[in-house]
Amino acid sequence: MSSATLSPAAAKADTPIPLRAHLRHTGALIRRNLLWIRQDPESMFDAILFPVVFTLLFVYVFGGSIGQSLGGGQEQYVQYVVPGLMAMMGMNMAQGVGTGFNQDFNSGVMDRFRSLPIGRGSVLFAKIAVELMRMLFATAVLMVVAVLVGYDIKDWAGMLASVGLSALFGSALMWVFLTLGVIMKNAQSVQAMGFLVLMPLQFGSSIFAPTASMPGWLQSFTDYNPLSALADTARGLMEGGPVAHDLWVTVIWSVGLTAVMAPVAIHKFRTKS
Amino acid sequence: MTRIDDNPAGGRSAVTVRGLVKHYGETKALDGVDLDVREGTVMGVLGPNGAGKTTLVRILSTLITPDAGQAVVAGYDVVRQPRRLRRVIGLTGQYASVDEKLPGWENLYLIGRLLDLSRKDARARADELLERFSLTEAARRPASTYSGGMRRRLDLAASMIGRPAVLFLDEPTTGLDPRTRNEVWDEVKAMVGDGVTVLLTTQYMEEAEQLASELTVVDRGKVIANGGIEELKARVGGRTLRVRPVDPLELRPLAGMLDELGITGLAATTVDAETGTLLVPILSDEQLTAVVGAVTARGITVSSITTELPSLDEVFLSLTGHRASAPQDAVPADDRQEVAV
Repeated sequence: MSSATLSPAAAKADTPIPLRAHLRHTGALIRRNLLWIRQDPESMFDAILFPVVFTLLFVYVFGGSIGQSLGGGQEQYVQYVVPGLMAMMGMNMAQGVGTGFNQDFNSGVMDRFRSLPIGRGSVLFAKIAVELMRMLFATAVLMVVAVLVGYDIKDWAGMLASVGLSALFGSALMWVFLTLGVIMKNAQSVQAMGFLVLMPLQFGSSIFAPTASMPGWLQSFTDYNPLSALADTARGLMEGGPVAHDLWVTVIWSVGLTAVMAPVAIHKFRTKS
Repeated sequence: MTRIDDNPAGGRSAVTVRGLVKHYGETKALDGVDLDVREGTVMGVLGPNGAGKTTLVRILSTLITPDAGQAVVAGYDVVRQPRRLRRVIGLTGQYASVDEKLPGWENLYLIGRLLDLSRKDARARADELLERFSLTEAARRPASTYSGGMRRRLDLAASMIGRPAVLFLDEPTTGLDPRTRNEVWDEVKAMVGDGVTVLLTTQYMEEAEQLASELTVVDRGKVIANGGIEELKARVGGRTLRVRPVDPLELRPLAGMLDELGITGLAATTVDAETGTLLVPILSDEQLTAVVGAVTARGITVSSITTELPSLDEVFLSLTGHRASAPQDAVPADDRQEVAV
């Protein structure tokens, strides 16, 4: 082995990427992801169908009987479940992000991106930005359906705040699913994993029904389930009632998850061989 | 001060590799590789599947990090200065690494923006490269509608956006039909004409001879030979003579006769029944003449006699005394990538 080394002039270590370059790269990649949607409009189906199907299903199938236990009827349940569904929207978009990302890896185009002088986080940020746009679209669809089935918007500011909170929590979860998308072998297992994790969390929460009638052991789970806090905050913001405690719980979970999982996702992406 | 990238043959090396090691568990994908590619030349890296070619390219293009050793590309260290290095390289993978859902133009524009070109420059560069690679007509169609050759050309165009000093081509023609392969070769030759240094991996001696001026032969993560193409060809010494008798029934008797005459190159004479030809490895012009003499002596009418370069197998036989390691045994982890990436 040669003992020669590089001359010091050429051996300068890498300098960090300036913020403006970061934004430019992320912007270019956002454009790419939006072009994907234009090329393949069917990829928006879930963003349309999910709010429609869930709203109709819950309002018309469970609405009557749960509404009764709320001391009213279906109308009562509409007011109960819509804020919950809105809170869920970010989460449901998050599920798809890992799957799409995983498919990207199998196409070889990731190698190209990783061989370019860009901050590797840009690829992930762009993915999240576009998923959040999809989520806003799905939320708009949800509100149209909600009003059609009789939801009464009482507090516009509270509704916007709920959308923001759902996006915050959703983007936190996206980091988790991006990590799964990077480390798991194929898209199907990412999807199955997402389903297995989210399904019990969603139903074991106050999103669809009040937790008061659940057995004690389940209540102790639902009380600590961040999705309950998220749904209750949205409900408080949109329907009135106390929000402070649940809001804090949701924000702490979101910030905590992001703080832990974003670096993990970026690291896994950077070092994936 | 001596620099690691001073080329032994004078000038500076565009790629310098010293003692490069990469293990995947028990498998030694790279087991101490040394390599020097002089600026402005084309280095061919020849080896069978699983020899470590793709691992080498992936380390040199900073996609993975080596376990040991040093690698310097265009003056930048792959481990310590990956981002600077990425600015001066182009990479074309074994399987076209373009975004199939995006139109050709959008693919190139995206890369331009990621390489910090202004919107205007990125647009101009995309137009220019589409024109150069004869893809202007298809510019607005999604790459998924492209033929294999068009996709490979788009891939090459994408690697040229940043006007790289060093271009890595990982088996650029694997899976292409002969006509398309020739197209890609022409494009690569044109790029070399522009002064870019190329490191090319291939499984075909013919491809190496077409494109490379120097050759490194690798097997099981080790360099087993290197030098100028002509020099290595001389060392391998072999050529293969393909003889096609008009009457296929003459194939076997002719093979037997050549064996009796003792005309053997590195490998034995084989009958290729499918094409109705006899493959005769030879070592010299004298042997070629002797084969022609034998054919004449027997009074056989032949429709063609062509000489071909030795196959990868023959190259390996002569350089190492064993055949190229079959992909089935000793498949290293990186072989998956060689197939899947």
